[in-house]
This record gives sequence, C-alpha cells and structure tokens, in this order.
Amino acid sequence: MNTNIVEGEQAHSHGPAKGIGRWLFATNHKDIGTMYLIFSLIMLFVGGAMAFIIRAELFQPGLQLIEPEFFNQMITMHGLIMVFGAVMPAFVGLANWMIPLMIGAPDMALPRLNNLSFWILPFAFLMMLSTLFMEGGGPNFGWTFYAPLSTTYAPPSVTFFIFTVHMMGLSSIMGAINVVVTILNMRAPGMTIMKMPMFCWTWLITAFLLIAVMPVLGGVVTMMLMDIHFGTSFFDAGGGGDPVLFQHVFWFFGHPEVYIMILPSFGVVSEVIPTFARKKLFGYHSMVYAIVAIAVLSFVVWAHHMFTVGMPLAGELFFMYTTMLIAVPTGVKIFNWISTMFKGSMTFEAPMLFALAFVILFTVGGLSGIMLSLASVDFVYHDTYFVVAHFHYVLVPGAIFGIYAAVYYWLPKWSGRMYDESIAKLHFWFSFIGLNLTFFPMHFVGLAGMPRRIPDYPLQFADFNMMISGGAFIFGMSQLIFVYVLFKTMRSGEKAQHLPWEGARGLEWTVATPAPYHTFATPPKVED
Amino acid sequence: MLNHFRVLCMLSCFVPCTAWSAWEVNMTTGVTDTSVAVYDLHMLVFYICVVISVIVFGVMFWSIFHHRKSKGAQSHPFYESTFIEVLWTLVPMIILIAIAVPATSTLVDSYDYSESDIDIQVTGYQWKWRYKYLTEDVDFFSVLTTPDEEIYNKQVKNPNYLLEVDKPLVVPINKKIRFLFTSNDVIHAWWVPALALKKDAIPGFINESWTRINTPGIYRGQCAELCGRNHGFMPIVIKAVTEPEYIEWLAEQEMQKTQLESASQKEWTLAELMTQGETVYKKNCAACHQPTGLGIPPTFPALKGSSIALGPIEKHFDIVFNGQSGTSMAAFGEQLSAVDLAAVITYERNAWGNNAGDKLLPADVAEMSGANK
Repeated sequence: MNTNIVEGEQAHSHGPAKGIGRWLFATNHKDIGTMYLIFSLIMLFVGGAMAFIIRAELFQPGLQLIEPEFFNQMITMHGLIMVFGAVMPAFVGLANWMIPLMIGAPDMALPRLNNLSFWILPFAFLMMLSTLFMEGGGPNFGWTFYAPLSTTYAPPSVTFFIFTVHMMGLSSIMGAINVVVTILNMRAPGMTIMKMPMFCWTWLITAFLLIAVMPVLGGVVTMMLMDIHFGTSFFDAGGGGDPVLFQHVFWFFGHPEVYIMILPSFGVVSEVIPTFARKKLFGYHSMVYAIVAIAVLSFVVWAHHMFTVGMPLAGELFFMYTTMLIAVPTGVKIFNWISTMFKGSMTFEAPMLFALAFVILFTVGGLSGIMLSLASVDFVYHDTYFVVAHFHYVLVPGAIFGIYAAVYYWLPKWSGRMYDESIAKLHFWFSFIGLNLTFFPMHFVGLAGMPRRIPDYPLQFADFNMMISGGAFIFGMSQLIFVYVLFKTMRSGEKAQHLPWEGARGLEWTVATPAPYHTFATPPKVED
Repeated sequence: MLNHFRVLCMLSCFVPCTAWSAWEVNMTTGVTDTSVAVYDLHMLVFYICVVISVIVFGVMFWSIFHHRKSKGAQSHPFYESTFIEVLWTLVPMIILIAIAVPATSTLVDSYDYSESDIDIQVTGYQWKWRYKYLTEDVDFFSVLTTPDEEIYNKQVKNPNYLLEVDKPLVVPINKKIRFLFTSNDVIHAWWVPALALKKDAIPGFINESWTRINTPGIYRGQCAELCGRNHGFMPIVIKAVTEPEYIEWLAEQEMQKTQLESASQKEWTLAELMTQGETVYKKNCAACHQPTGLGIPPTFPALKGSSIALGPIEKHFDIVFNGQSGTSMAAFGEQLSAVDLAAVITYERNAWGNNAGDKLLPADVAEMSGANK
C-alpha cells in the first residue's frame, strides 16, 4: 500500500465549523463518530449504575434497598441501555471513524443521514429514561419484554417504550444503510472486496443483519401497540392470538442482534492481533467465509432461546442442531486468531491485552454456548444464572473488551496523543479480575438452581452472590480508570508517533497524526 | 465426579477458593432417570469443553510465552494452510456429532408423554401455583409461606427461606406423572431442578411434560420466567411419597373438603370473619394491595378508603369474584372457597379504618355467585 502523509493536509478546503453548530449539524464522519463514542460511554455508565443497584440488592438475601417492582425496572433498563445505548452506538461510532479511513474514502456516503441517525439517539434514550419517573414506573418486563406481561399487564409507560424502540430502530437502520453504501461504493481504487480490512468486512455483514432484523423488531413492538391500544389480539389467546408468537418474532430479531453485538468486535480483534503479533492474519479468506456463515446461521437458530415453550420434538431437534453448527465457524475464527499469534513476535500493549482477554473469555462464553445448545440439558439451564453468565461472558469481554481494544488501538491516530500505557494496563487488569469475579460464579449459582431476574433468593446462593456483587463493584469502578486515561490523554498525553504500533498495516495509518478533519479527498491507490 | 468438577473449577477459574464444601457449584443429579441422563450429558459436554479449552488455551499461552518479542522471537510467515483449516473445521464437526447423539436420545425420551399413571394440571397465577389432579377430585393452590418479616430482614431467615409453601404438591414415587401446564395470566415457568423439568405455563395454551420420581423426599423449585412483581416469590414444593401414603393423603383431602362444606353452613360472627379474612388477605391479596391496604398506585389501587371497599357490597363482591379485565386483578371466584371469599371481603370492608360495618356470610356468597355467573 502506498504511503502519502501530506495528502491529508492538502485536502483541507475548510475546517470544522465554530461552536455548537459543529456538533448539531455535523456531517463529518469523524465528528459523528466521536459523538457516538461519547454517547455510548455515558450510556455505559448509566446502564452500569443500574447494574450497581441490582447487585447491591442481591448482595444479601432479603429485600434491603429496593422493592421488586423497581428491581424489575432496573433489570429491564440495564439490558436495554447496555444493548441499544452502549454497545451498538459504540460500534457505529467506530464504524464512522474507521470505515472511511480504512477503505480510503473521504467520508461516509450519506453524511446528512449520518447526522440524523446519531441525533435520534439522545432523544430516544431521554424518553426511555423518563419512563422511570412516570406513574406506574418504567418498563418492568425484562429487556426481552415477553407478552402478555408487556401488553395486558404492562405499566402505562409501555407506549413510550414502544416509541423509543421505534426511534432506536430507525437510527440503526439508517446507520446500517450508510455503512453498506459506503463500503460497496467508496472503496479506494485497487481495494477489491477481498482485500478489505477485516473490520470493514465484519461491519458490512453486521449492517446487512441490522437492515434485515431491525424492521422485525419494529414489527413486533407495533403488534404490541395494536394489542394495547387498538383491540387486536396478536399475543392474546383469548382473541385467537398466541403469546409464543411474540417470542418467535422477537427472537428472530434477537438472535441476529446478538451477532450484531459481537461481529464488529471480531473485526477489531482481527486487526489488533496481527498488529501486535507482527504477522499477517492466519487465514483471511476463511475468516471472511466464517463471518458470512455465522451471519447466515444466525437466522435459523432463534428458537434455542425458547426450548421450554413447548415446541414439537422436530422443532427442538432442528434448532438444537443448527445451534451446535454455529460452533464450527466460530471455532474457525478462534483458531485463526491463535494461529496468528503462533510463531509471531508478540508485544502486549493495552489493545493486545484486551484482544487476548477477548479471545480467552469469548471462548469460555462460546463453550457454555455449546452446553446451552443441547435442548434436554437446556431444560435445566434455561432462565437461570448459567444463562446470565453465558451471555455476559460473550457480551462484556466480547463486545465491550473489543471496543476497548479498538479505542486504545486507534486513539493515537484520532487524538494525535498517546495514552498512558501503565494506567491503561491497570484498567485492563482491574477489569479482567472484576469481570471474572462477577460472572464466573454465576455459572455455579445457575447450575445450583438460581433463576434469573429475581430480587431475592434462597439462602444457599448467598455466598456466591456476595462474591458476585463484590466483583461487580470492582469491575464497575475500574471503568472510571478508563475515563481518567481518556482525560489524561487529551490534556497531557505525549505526542503520538505517526505509526504508533510497529506492526500496524492499513490505509488508516497513512494519514497524518492526528487524523486531519478531511482525509482522502483524492483516493489513495491500493497496490499490494 | 463432583470432586473432579470442583478441582477443575478451581483450576479453570480465577476465584479464590475457600471452603468449597459449603458452596454448591454444580447441577444436582436429581431423583429421576431423566435427571440422571441430563446430568451425565451435562458432565460429558463439560469435560469435552475442558479438554478443548486445555488444548486451545495451551497453544495460545505457549505462543504468548515463547513467541514474544521480548524473548527475541521473529515473526514467521506461517499462514494460509489449507490442511490445517480443513482439519479445524472437520474435527469440531465430529465432536459435535458425538455430542448430538446422546443429546438427541435424551430429548426424544423426555417427549414421550404416553401411558401416564397420574395426570396433574399445573396452572400458573400471579403469583402462586394451582394443582388439579385430573383423575381425582383434588384441586388446590400452593402459596409461599415465608413471612414478610423474614423477607424484610426483621426476623432470622429459616433454612427453606423462599422455598416453602402452605400446601405442597404430593405425588407417589415410581409412577409416571404427566403434567399439563397452563397459566391464568402471564407466562410462568414451572421448574424443579431435582426432576430436571422446566416448562413454560402459557395462558391459553397447554404444555405437556412428565416425570417418574425414584426416591421419596421433598423437592423444591421456583418459577423461572419473569412474571411480574413477585416472580421471585412463587416457589414449588413437591412431596414424593410411597403409594400407601399417597392414598392416605388423598383420603385426607376428601375429609377436608367435607369439613369446609359444613363450615360454610355455619353462622359466622364479624370477629371470626375478620380473623379468617386477614389470613386469606395476606395470602392472596397483600402482594399487590399491600398488607397496609395502601396498594401500589396506579397499578395496584389502595383498598383503604376505596370507593369499592366502602360502596355497595354487590359491586365489591363482583370485582373480587370475577376480577377486573384489562388489569392484574384476577378472578378469585374460582380460587377461593365461599368461606374465604366471605371472610376476605368482610375484612377489606372493615380493616385499616375502613368502616363499611357490614359483613358477608358464606351462605350469601353461594347466592351471589349464582346471580353473578
């Protein structure tokens, strides 16, 4: 690939607008990316505060701090905010920043749409949080909002919740369309689709998943709205409907959604590990095929979330087999990352530490996923803390560690300053220990019989729950270190080198440091 | 087996390990053939996962220790090997097929509902379970008995905290029991770990499952599907007894029924009704309307000073008996006996400073329910 450092400087026909207008009317992919990332960091702390409340109540058996209604609102909001407010916007932020830089495009293809899709989000989440102060409280039916608990038996604020989900859906669909159009049309000359960086590949697939399933989510909440206000009976057996229909439609969205939250992390890790192992990704082609395979399979496994709803035997078997099959492409990815390390020349800066923890802990979550796929054993695991442990193992070290790896990896290019390596490592180790103290014991209490979503529990689970709450406190607090690292970098970070990582490859490293407001006004030529 | 599991857990986790014996870390083997099969399958997959992690993480840590730059490791052009890639696609496939075989047979077995000895209909209510023996004349509710004082930490918690009910489900051992699950309001899930049995109870639909218990004993479980405020407070208790004990229990149920009928004939005083009413209220109403009668507005309205509790008794009776559609207020007509209905309505009209002053007699209930249906 060619290197043309000065090209960035030549391109600035105008700089950023002055004042608040720069952000309100932003069309620059870097500004919008920054806003997405800051928004998701704020949401991470809002959702984390709710997790603190949950874990504080569960520190000991008995009801000490909050009543069950409020506990149910907290678990619901924690899930919704972490999924739709923290993880997804963070990935869109990374996509905004990195996709144009990685494919050599001057900006996203649809900049105004980009602005709209970001600015919907703060309003959506303000509305969602405001439901907590409404009469009857906020949504209290879990982030999966199963009917009829979320329809006939829901608090009045459910209508606001439905509207919020529509807004988030619109935002995600617009963001996804933008990614697809950008990647398919704006790659630099010479960058064929099979030369594209892995992060762009994972985001391309993620965007297609989003476009396919967000309308399904919109559909299911609209059906709820009709049931609540317009006298239909989609989910009411009394009127000829079926509560299980809700679960089928929800999980047809929900399962691909799970991969939407992990695929971009796969992409980040596939960038970070080769850099710090100073070695090419072991099997680029098989990695691409594995992502496509995972995405296709994600549409035919949804009912493994519903093994206990009373499906016919044939249905259970079908969904059990397809779910087990997902282990194959996922295994290909994990083996690839490890073979990339093998015979490399590794160093262990913060991005690499997060990426390595990702590989280990995501594998732990993946293995418990194989256990969960077996329908007859799932009759025991289902809706216990074992499931809570499983999905936190794939989401926290999966999605969130992937995001941290990305931020530490690209922060020098974004800001022009180097973060403090030793404090970043402190952030990593505290997070790693806190995370495992929190989520590993959940496997044990789940197997021993603790159901999820309960505000109080029988005495035999008391010891582990105390440990879990302690771990959650450590994990939560250690995220403040991250905020400190960010502030320190921006205020007094050392000036970053042009190529901060010895092994880094790719177009994003060819622009000046910090990345100028406008990059690649003339497309680079990709050889290689 | 269990000891092995603990050792492995200690090796594979990052948890400081003290006094493991008091800390349950694994699934129960249970008391049915199905639960043992499920346990064995669980352990089989667990060991396979342990072996996979040892190999995968072994290679990874070996690379981390030996192929690091600080040790002078040079990067080798080791990539794109078709042989290795085919290998690591095929080997997992074979392992998965090996797991799928026992998993399928266990599942097929759990779907065999035929030739049951006893059929029991289990209905979920917010927040209690109702057990109806389809072949006998037995039908009752099973409600949490843990007192509020224990839940709110004013009293020491007993060992069966949150896992105790007023009337357990009594079943004989060595009989094939078929359960039919349904629900009266939202989705619940009936779960007893010792039977490895969990099934959703869905309003308007019936789910099937079965069990055959091998050992007598008391087995406890909980609702597993979020079902509203008291989701964590609707346990399941099963008492598995020998056949003669079961027959004795059935006879006892018959006797209690006759006693109840004679009770409804007698002339109750206001004081008697209030005492009985308070018990019934605590068990059935206090979860929503609160022991203080203040409710949790707007979802659960207050009864203290309410226009219904102080208004015409017919309207009050109608709401308790038939429920209020579109809200969480259930129809208690089918849940409570005439005596309990009379007592609880009388209690609501005269407790917490409510001063309707009138009372409802069990005999009136029979009359009004006829008119109301």
